[in-house]
Amino acid sequence: MSSLIAKMGPPTEPPHPARRTEQFQGQTLSWSLNSGIIELALHREPNNEISSTTLAELEKFIGALDELSRKAHALIMCSTLKSGFSAGADLRELYGWIKEYGRAEVANHARGYLERIHRVMNVIDACPLTTIAAVHGVTFGGGFELALVCDLIVADKMARFCFPELRLGLIPGYGGIPRLKRDLGNAVIRDLLLTGRSFNATKAQQIGLVSQVVGEGEALRAARATAVQIGKFDRSTSATAKKFIKPIPYEELQREIDLFCELIARPAVEMGLKKFVESMDAQPYLP
Amino acid sequence: MPTMDQALDEVLNLAANHFKVPREKLSPDDDFFKALGIDSLQTLDLLTKLENHFHVELPDYELQGVTDFRTLASKIQARL
Repeated sequence: MSSLIAKMGPPTEPPHPARRTEQFQGQTLSWSLNSGIIELALHREPNNEISSTTLAELEKFIGALDELSRKAHALIMCSTLKSGFSAGADLRELYGWIKEYGRAEVANHARGYLERIHRVMNVIDACPLTTIAAVHGVTFGGGFELALVCDLIVADKMARFCFPELRLGLIPGYGGIPRLKRDLGNAVIRDLLLTGRSFNATKAQQIGLVSQVVGEGEALRAARATAVQIGKFDRSTSATAKKFIKPIPYEELQREIDLFCELIARPAVEMGLKKFVESMDAQPYLP
Repeated sequence: MPTMDQALDEVLNLAANHFKVPREKLSPDDDFFKALGIDSLQTLDLLTKLENHFHVELPDYELQGVTDFRTLASKIQARL
C-alpha cells in the first residue's frame, strides 16, 4: 500500500475553499489578497472596456467579497493596462444589443444588465473595507463610475476623467450621477455632464473628487501605502465611520436606471453608437 | 508668460519627448496625429501633458478639429 502511494505521489486534495477565493485570474480582471489588502486589477485589452464578461467576473468578485473581507481591511482597484484605468462601457456590445433586440426591446435588456451592475457597484460601495481606486490614464464613463464607488481615489497625474455619455444621447448608467451628487456641488456636475469634456487629475483634486495626485506610474504604490496606513486602525471603527459618512443614494440610483432605459430606446442613441463604432476619426473620444 | 514662439517650441519639445520622436522631425505645421503616430487616446495623453506643463485647462471641445502644433500652441496661448 505504501509503495502504491509512493508511486502515485502524495494524495492531491482540492484547494481549500478559503484559498480559492484569495486569488482569481479571469479574462478581464484578477484579484489577490495579501497582508490584509485585496487588489482587484482590470486587464481587458485594449482599454478595460466593461463588457458582460467583465460584469460576470465582477459578480464573481462580490460573491467572494464576504469571505475575503474577513481577512482584509482594504480593497484597491487598479488597472494593469498602460492606456489607463478604464474607457468605460463596451460601446460595441451596447450597439450590438440595439441591433439584436431592436429599439423596442433593448430597454428591457439594458434594465436587466444595469440592475446587475448596480448590484455590484452597491456591494462594493457599501462593503466594510476601506476602498481605494488607483487610477491612471483614461478613466471614462463606466470606468469613472467604478472609481466613484471607492472611498478614496488616488490618481496618477496623467489620469483623465470624463463622462462622455451625452455625446451618445445617453446619461451615465452605472450610478455616476448619484455618486457625483454625493460628493460634489451641482454646478460642477452640470459642467462635467452637460459639456462631456474631459479633465485631468489636478482639476479632479481641485473639485474634490481625487484625494491624492501622484507622479506618473505611482498611483498603485501610493494606494498601497494608504492601505497600509488604514490597516493601523480598528477595522470595525473604520467600517462604522464609513457607513456614517458615505450613504448610498439607492433611490436616485434606481431613477438613473429608469432614465437610462428610457433614453436608450431613442433613435439618437443608435445613431450615436453607430457613429462611434464605425468611426475612423482619429478623435472618436473627443466631442 | 511665454511668447507664441516659445509656447510652440515647448509644445514641440514636450510632444517629441513624450512620444519619443526626434525633435528635428517635428515642424509647427505638421499634423500631430501623423507626425507622432498617435491615436485618440494618446492625444488625450498629450492634452494632459500640455495642461500639466502650462498649468492651463484645455477643454477638449476647443481642440476638436485641431491637428497641427501651431494651432495647438495658439489654443494654449489663449488660456495663459
